[in-house]
Order: sequence, then structure tokens, then C-alpha cells
Amino acid sequence: MNTSEIYSQLTSIFREVFDDSSIVPTPEMTAEDVKEWDSFNHINLIVAIESRFKVKFKTAEIESLHNVGHLVQVIERKVNGA
Amino acid sequence: MANSTHFEWLPEKIDWNTTFETARTLNSREALRFYLELASSRVDFIQTARLDRAVQRIAEYARTALSDPRPVRLAILGSSTLSHLIPGIRIGALRREIWVDVYEGSYGMYRQELQDPASGLHAFRPDVLLICLDAQHLLGAEGTTVAGVLSGIRTCWQLAKQAFPCSILQQTVLPIFHPVLGNNEHRYPQSTLAMSWSLNQELRRASASEGVHLLSVDMLSAVDGSAEWYDEALWHRSKQEIHPRVSHVYGDHVGRILAALRGRSYKCLVLDLDNTLWGGVIGDDGLSGIRLGQGSALGEAHLAFQKYALALSHRGVILAVCSKNDAANALEAFERHPEMILRRKDIACFVANWEDKATNLRAIAKALNIGLDSLVFADDNAFERNLIRRELPQVAVPELPEDPSFYATCIASAGYFESLGATAEDQQRTAQYKANAERELLRDSVTDIETYLRELKMELHWAQVDSISLPRVVQLINKTNQFNLTTRRYTAQEVSAMMLDSRNLLLHFRLVDRYGDNGIISVVIGQMDDENDLLLDTWLMSCRVLGRQVEAATLNIVSNLARDRGARSIVGDYHPTAKNGMVRAHYKNLGFAHVEEHPDGSSRWKLDLARFIEAQVCMQIIEGQHEYKRDLQSAY
Repeated sequence: MNTSEIYSQLTSIFREVFDDSSIVPTPEMTAEDVKEWDSFNHINLIVAIESRFKVKFKTAEIESLHNVGHLVQVIERKVNGA
Repeated sequence: MANSTHFEWLPEKIDWNTTFETARTLNSREALRFYLELASSRVDFIQTARLDRAVQRIAEYARTALSDPRPVRLAILGSSTLSHLIPGIRIGALRREIWVDVYEGSYGMYRQELQDPASGLHAFRPDVLLICLDAQHLLGAEGTTVAGVLSGIRTCWQLAKQAFPCSILQQTVLPIFHPVLGNNEHRYPQSTLAMSWSLNQELRRASASEGVHLLSVDMLSAVDGSAEWYDEALWHRSKQEIHPRVSHVYGDHVGRILAALRGRSYKCLVLDLDNTLWGGVIGDDGLSGIRLGQGSALGEAHLAFQKYALALSHRGVILAVCSKNDAANALEAFERHPEMILRRKDIACFVANWEDKATNLRAIAKALNIGLDSLVFADDNAFERNLIRRELPQVAVPELPEDPSFYATCIASAGYFESLGATAEDQQRTAQYKANAERELLRDSVTDIETYLRELKMELHWAQVDSISLPRVVQLINKTNQFNLTTRRYTAQEVSAMMLDSRNLLLHFRLVDRYGDNGIISVVIGQMDDENDLLLDTWLMSCRVLGRQVEAATLNIVSNLARDRGARSIVGDYHPTAKNGMVRAHYKNLGFAHVEEHPDGSSRWKLDLARFIEAQVCMQIIEGQHEYKRDLQSAY
């Protein structure tokens, strides 16, 4: 799965989790930029990504996430088995 | 994102997102109607959270607009993160038309909240208190004993009872601990895992004597697998003991208990017969032909479902039958089939006729003097299920799986008949809500079949019988007993011979709708005679597609073909058998004139083509072979 495919799936997850049909995740985006991105939705986002991409994040990975670009890198590594 | 292992009894809604987006633009009254429908489809935890946010936005209207007019004041107290459970609880209740106002206790402060008259909990005055104590909190500390923990929980119950006139729901302990020894963990008295087992046992004993109700998350996690309910990483990260992924399931179970407390659990299971209680079609296959009981896996599966239905009836659930059948055929199975577990005496209301099922469910509710919102309708046929969902949205319609082996699983996991064991208080509540249920009965009195049929987007594909369709056509000719005007049986060779004579008309009809391809469901054989009449030798149809205007559409097609061949009229015969009483008036209903009647009860009918006007039908007529797909009901 390439980066743009991941972004496209991530877009629909973001729209569902943050309940905002216009949101487009970008690499620099952080929780600060999204009004609905609170701790409740953050957990939901991670759980939703795990079940949609069929991956499991390590505790250390989640703690180190700093923006969407980084999140996508982690997903990419996992789905491509690298 | 929907998890296929959850809410499998609810129908999938393909256009969920679009419907949700549309609903949000509507006024509160319209929006709520859609939200209720969306809540009763196969949602996951994210969709549940979205619905909850949307419904909260119209809270002012919605909290008094549900069929249960009194909102529940529910307080949730616990020792770890609980806020992720609240959307699921609110939607779980909404699914049962109950509004919940929630108070969430401050994190870990449950004892203080209960004791302090100045606490937020006291100001809220709950009428239901949900106590969710996590396993780490209860059993994780060194030197803990089961007796000590139990006494602490009992104290909470006492405090709550002194403070408020509320019902208490106690969550059981989620079995999150690892075995240290292995399979014989129970031999090690300090094992936290073994203690969680005993504590749950003790809670079950204590709750019964103290009138407390349990929310058995240990049972739920055992059914789903404990990894589905508990994730250690999430516990470390956010102190969520119940996994957010199952928060909507948790909430649905709370909703069931709230419904039971309000006397709003379902009261009656209405059962279809053919392919639901037994395999096959009694009217066509006969008493010895239906599959039921030992000797066939399918027969055993249907038997197991009957056994489950009987267990429900022993717990006080009313059983009813709603079947498209001749009553005599249907009753014969109950009275004479040796393998039947359900007997006529187990069925409180037995309806077998050819009316549409919405009309029959209304009659059943009326006869039993219960509301339509007390009925659960179990039918293997997607057409019937969707008709009822559309016409009678208050009736619960489980999405029965294709394999009858899992019918009981489906009904059991849906929790329609949640019961707390009847207390005097509950009995009274039931009586109060019965009045509401009866008003409900009067709400819609006419089944709008036309609109439903139009929305089905039916296509009737017709073609001459050819070598590909021949096997199915021969099967229908030899198997169909009920909708069969002449019951003439032919072999494949005989049909092939008829195909060679150009004066003969051999037609087969296939019905396709938005739910799929029903396969070849009807056969008509006609011959042009010397007086320029088209004589109908055979007209048969599968009973699965009754009530869908296929007969009228078929006549439209046949009349056109007859005219093309220069016919002046169409002649049809009815030959009565023990099984085909349902088509006695077939030709009369289609506008044929009565020609003659014989002492044996057979009759001849004639349609003058010069005066015949085609009936309007809710389907598209398409000539030619439909692309062959797997027949939905190759065996009917």
C-alpha cells in the first residue's frame, strides 16, 4: 500500500471519527489543528486505524506520534511489513 | 469499519453515511426518525459515537419524543475511565426508544460520591445507578480477599439504597488476569484470576438476595473472546478497561436492562414456518419431505432452533406463528410430524394464510392484546423481513443468518427478551407501559405494499424454456404443489418434445430485485388450439414470490404473446388437489370469465383478449435470459 492510498483511507477514518465531512489529513496536521481531536477521539482514532488497516501499534509508537505525517509513516511500515 | 462480529442481528445499512449526513440537515422531528433507524442498523463504535453527538444536538426535542416518555436518569460510577462508554449507553437505550440523561461520577471517587450528601451524584438523584469497578482496582492490590471486596461492594449498594430510590446495576469483574499456574489456577488461593472467578460467583449470589441487577461483562467477554474486550496496552495508555471497540456492545446491554426495568422487553416471538422452523416448504414437500430432526444436519439445525424457542416459551416468552401457507398444511406438521419439538399448544396465536405478513402481525398483536413493539419476527425470507421493517418499524426483525444452525445464536445475542426476574415493581411497570403499547396498535392500519414493491426495484425476466433453464423448469414442474393450477408433471424428455412444436409456448420467469436474484420462480406452458385460443396447460409459481404482482405481470406477458400469435382469447383450467386450494380463484382474480365447472371441482376460465386491459405492475418486464447468477433459492 503506497502513501497516497494510506492517506485516502485515513481521510475517511478522520471524517468518521471527527465527524467532519470536509477534513483532509495533511502531513503537518496535529491534534491542535482539529477542534474535535480530544483525548476521547484520539483513542477512537487509534482503535479505528488499527481495525481498518489491521495493524497494532506498539505503546512506544503511540507515545512518540507527533503529527499525521509521522502516523502515516508508522502505518506504512506496518502494512508493508518493513 | 463495521465489525462483523458485533450486532449481527441488526440489518446492514449500505447508505448509512449518506442517510446520516442527510438526517443532520433535517428538522428535529424528521432527523430523530432517521437516527432511530440508523441506530437499529449494524453500527460500530465510531458510528455509535457519531450518532450520539448528532442526537445530543437535538436533545431538547428528542428526550420527550420517544415512545417511552420518561427519560432515565442514569449515574455511572467507577474506578477507571468510563466516558467512552456513555455514547454506547445512550444509543443502546435510544435503540429501545428510551432517553437517558447521564451523570458520570468523578474518576475513582465513587465511595465519596455515594457518601457525601453534597456530591454531584446526590444532586443528580439517579433512578438507575451503574457501578463499574475495574478488576485491577478490586483485586490488584496485595493481600486482597474475595470476602473483603464483596463486603466493600455491598456497602456501596447499601449506601445507594439509603440515598436514592434507584435500581442498581453492578458490572461483574472482567477476567483480565493471567493464569500463573495454568489450567489448575483455582488451586492457588492467592491467584487474582481465580479470585475474579469466585468474586463473580459471589456477586451472582449476593445480587439475587439484594435486588441488584448484574451487567455480566465476564459472560460477554467469554463469548467474544477476552482480547476483544480488554487490551492491556489501552489499559496502560488510557485506563479504559472496556475496549472502546466494544463500547457500543456494552451500551446495548445496558440498554436491554433499562428496557427490562421499564417493562419494555419484547414479549412475543413470531415464527415463520417454511425454512425457519423446518427445512423446505410443507405445502410442496409434504410432511415426509420437509427436513426436520435427526438424520440431516439441516434438519437438526432447525430442531435446535425449535428447542431454543421452546426454552424461551418456558421463561414466559409468548410464541406465535405467522406463515404463508394453507392453515391445514401448516397445522399438519405441528400435529403429525414426529420430530416436531414445538406443538400446537406451545403457540399462543397461529396464523397461516396468504395475506401479507404486516397485516398478519397486526392481527397477532391484537389477538394477544400486546403492542406491536412487543413482537420479534423471525423469518428466513429477506423480502418479508424488509417488508415488516418498512411497514411496522416497531417490530424487531432479527437479520437471521443464512445457516439455520445459527438462528438461535442470532436471537440469543440480540437480547430481545432480557429479563431481570419479575419483581412486583416490574409487574406494575409492565402494566403502565401496556397502555402505551395498545395505543401503538392503532397507529398505522394499512400496509402500503405498493410503495414497498416499487422500492424493491423488481425485474421480471422472461424467456422461452431452453436447454439451460430446462433442469430448473422440470424441477419446478415436479415439485410445485401449491401455486399450481393443473399439477401436471412432465419429465425432461416430455418438456423437450413440447419445445419442438412451434404452436407451444413454454415460458420461464425469473424475478430479480434489489436484494438479489430469486431465480426461476414461475413456468407457463400454453398451446394454440384450432379455434385460435391459447390454452394454458400449466401455470405454476414458487410461493416465495407470492404477493409481489408476479401473476399479473405474467398475464401481461402471456397476453401479448397470445395476441402476436393471433389468439382471440386465453383459456385456463383449474384442477383441484389436496394442496392447491390457494389458486382456486386465480383466474377469477385476474379477470377471466367462468366457463364451466365439473363435479370434481375443476373449472374452466376464459379471457377475451379484445377486452383485456393490462394491469399496472410495480416491476420492469425484461425479455431474454437474465445473466445466470447463483439462484438465491435453488431449492425454493
